[in-house]
Amino acid sequence: MQTSSEPLKSTVEFVTFSAGDQSFSLEITQVREIRRWSPVTALPHAPVEVLGVMNLRGSVIPIYDLAARFGLGSTKENPRNVIVVAMHGNQTVGLLVEAVSEILSVSREKIQNTPDIRSDMARQSIIGVIPIEDGMTRVIDLGAVLHPNGRSLS
Amino acid sequence: MMSNPILDTFFEETEELLEALAEGLAAMQGGNHDAETLNSVFRAVHSIKGGAGAFKMTELVGFAHHFETVMDAVRSNALALNPAIMHTLTRSADFLSNLVEAARSGDSISQDVTAGFLAALQQCFGEKEIESVGAWDNFEFAAITLDLGGPLVEVAVETIASKGFMIVFRPHAALYSNGHEPALLFAALSDLGTMSAQLDQKLLAEWEDFDPQDTRLSWTIELQTEESETHVMEVFEFVHGICDLSIIPMTFAVPVSPVAQPVVAGAVSVPTPGLFTDAARSPTGKAAAPVPMKVAETKPAEKSDETAASKGPKPTLRVDLDRVDRLINTVGELIINQAMIAQRFADMTETTDDDLVIHIENYRLLARDIQEGVMAIRAQPVKSLFQRMSRIVREAADATGKNAELVTVGEGTEVDKTVVERLADPLTHMVRNSVDHGLETPEGRIAAGKPATGIIRLSASHRSGSVFITVKDDGAGLNRPKILGIAKKKGLIAQDADPSDTEIDNLLFLPGFSTADTISNLSGRGVGLDVVRNSVAALGGRVSITSVPGQGTEFTITLPLTLAVMDGMVVTVAGDTLVVPVTSIIETIRPLPGDLHRIGTDDMLLSIRGRMIPVIDVARSLGFVSKSDRSVAPLLLLVESETLGECALVVDAVQDQRQVVIKSLESNFGTVPGVSAATVLGDGRIALILDPEAIAANRMAPQFTNANLNPNHGRSAHANL
Repeated sequence: MQTSSEPLKSTVEFVTFSAGDQSFSLEITQVREIRRWSPVTALPHAPVEVLGVMNLRGSVIPIYDLAARFGLGSTKENPRNVIVVAMHGNQTVGLLVEAVSEILSVSREKIQNTPDIRSDMARQSIIGVIPIEDGMTRVIDLGAVLHPNGRSLS
Repeated sequence: MMSNPILDTFFEETEELLEALAEGLAAMQGGNHDAETLNSVFRAVHSIKGGAGAFKMTELVGFAHHFETVMDAVRSNALALNPAIMHTLTRSADFLSNLVEAARSGDSISQDVTAGFLAALQQCFGEKEIESVGAWDNFEFAAITLDLGGPLVEVAVETIASKGFMIVFRPHAALYSNGHEPALLFAALSDLGTMSAQLDQKLLAEWEDFDPQDTRLSWTIELQTEESETHVMEVFEFVHGICDLSIIPMTFAVPVSPVAQPVVAGAVSVPTPGLFTDAARSPTGKAAAPVPMKVAETKPAEKSDETAASKGPKPTLRVDLDRVDRLINTVGELIINQAMIAQRFADMTETTDDDLVIHIENYRLLARDIQEGVMAIRAQPVKSLFQRMSRIVREAADATGKNAELVTVGEGTEVDKTVVERLADPLTHMVRNSVDHGLETPEGRIAAGKPATGIIRLSASHRSGSVFITVKDDGAGLNRPKILGIAKKKGLIAQDADPSDTEIDNLLFLPGFSTADTISNLSGRGVGLDVVRNSVAALGGRVSITSVPGQGTEFTITLPLTLAVMDGMVVTVAGDTLVVPVTSIIETIRPLPGDLHRIGTDDMLLSIRGRMIPVIDVARSLGFVSKSDRSVAPLLLLVESETLGECALVVDAVQDQRQVVIKSLESNFGTVPGVSAATVLGDGRIALILDPEAIAANRMAPQFTNANLNPNHGRSAHANL
């Protein structure tokens, strides 16, 4: 998915958002829409980061709490919370984030590989970092977020 | 190779042809030997050969050719059908589909196997020789060369007097300029019966004066057919007025020579442009040369014959499945939208607008009509599925040395396409089982006073919103003492258990159960029936079994009519709204406190009409924290489960009973234990659809502790009421 945009294009656009007080981003080609939070239906025996399922125009999509997924604690309820609806292959999922920040247009060279860090979870699910004005944003590997056990497609 | 769309189309069509072939052979087996049936079988084989030739599938072509040769002999009465030949033909059809499958997957089939089948086909002719496969290794797809002289060939004629017509046909120039083609007309005519055409080139000008725009050719056609003159006229419907045509009814008293001869022979000496005649002769000549048998002609004219001959039962439309599914999704939306509007309207208590009430009711009815119509698009008759089973019966019978015959009933019963696809494996298992375990050996049958050939009866029917598919054998019935003995030996059931007959029968569905004394190639590995039950359950259906000693065993698969909509009971469990399939609910009970009995530390039994039934707390087994007030007697849904028999599910309240649209959870998330799917409620929120079977099964497998589970032990649910 990450390389699906034309390789010739030197700039890539990212949607950046904050979850667990950290900045994350997802390539814009993967983002379908951004929705307001609406109540979800909890799933039995689901991992802690899976909040439940939501009705997206007739499709049942799972909602992941991104902060919980990265071990940053559950996202607190806030009217600013939004759901980033993203596509991974044929799978449509929603990511609960605290707020969407901006759309970032960066040249490919500015994306740095994730430095060797100790947290396995973070290393597997973050494919790179982009320095921004107030720190950096972490580029998410959506496949790794959804399938933490290495069943990722990417 | 796999991405070639033409190749895909070929396999698609071949699939249909193989079905037609199986259908035709089944009709022949049933004693129907009329020309139409024999022709349909011949055509199917021939078309497969033609298509395969285009893709240079030499093995397939070679085999199909021999098959076709035998069929041709059969249909021209050169070969009398007897049971042995019939057997060879059906087995050859099976092998043909193997070859097609091999060609599709790119596998190769052992030469020995092919040789074996070829030899069997050859045996049909007794002493007579048929040419070796080698001659056909380089079979090429012969393009139909059509020219003015028409390479029409006399068709082998039966030696009986028959009715027919003499047709004189002289096209005008307009016929050609309008794009009509005499050869195609002739091909259409030959569909109606046996025809021969004689070209009359008397009017043909000398070469010097030859004007290609001018039309001077005419044909005299003799057509032997049972069809009426109107039918013959219909062939010429589109060339009416642009040709001279006279159709004279006549009777053919003397049969024509059985040896097919190119009628164009006479035309060769004529100074027509050499280009045309040469092209015309080559395919005919080539096909005729290597065939020593009188019946083995491949008639070029029939190439077009077959395309024109697709006399399907009804005109159909081939639509991309994606489009249909998109439509079904949208209609699902419509239903949800309708439910939402209806609900909002119902909430507006002070409304007194009668018109609006009517409109909303009409909207509901229309939405349901559209939904039914759309669902019907996906519906398919089970015929193709059933046809495949006749092969399974044959193979199983051959492998076990039993005599078995398949009888199918209700082939026209329509079920969802997915059901047809996903039922193939379980049904195969069941049919094999019936032959292997159900039927006795021929000796055994005779000893029991039954005919040596066992009957496997496969039937499908619609009843009260469900589809019933039964597999019934007329064998010895289940050997219940033996089943019980095995179950006890394998620890599937407590040693001191005294189950009822039904309970014993249901032991067959337990994983790891196998009764066969000797493990055969077919079944008996003990993976059969529990797999069957799981696959059927995955389709939202159930399998049940009934058996009468000495008379046979019957398996019944009950399936919901559609996979997209179901009747659900909307219930509340621990503050969440859930849907329970109505089909699985036997009754709802609000028990008196005295009806519930604690057993062990956590378990609860419900006493109902003298029986004790396990009680399962749905909230607990789903891991929800129960918020309900436990001082109130719970509401129980009595459900029938395959694993546990009847059991009672604890819910907090029943809200409603309604049709719900089933939404997959798997496509975007994955499987959720205890939940089969989800649906969207009237307020737009999602409710999970409970899988009572899984809930019941879940409590049977408590945290992998006890390997020797039995249905009466090892409960994991906590009925802490």
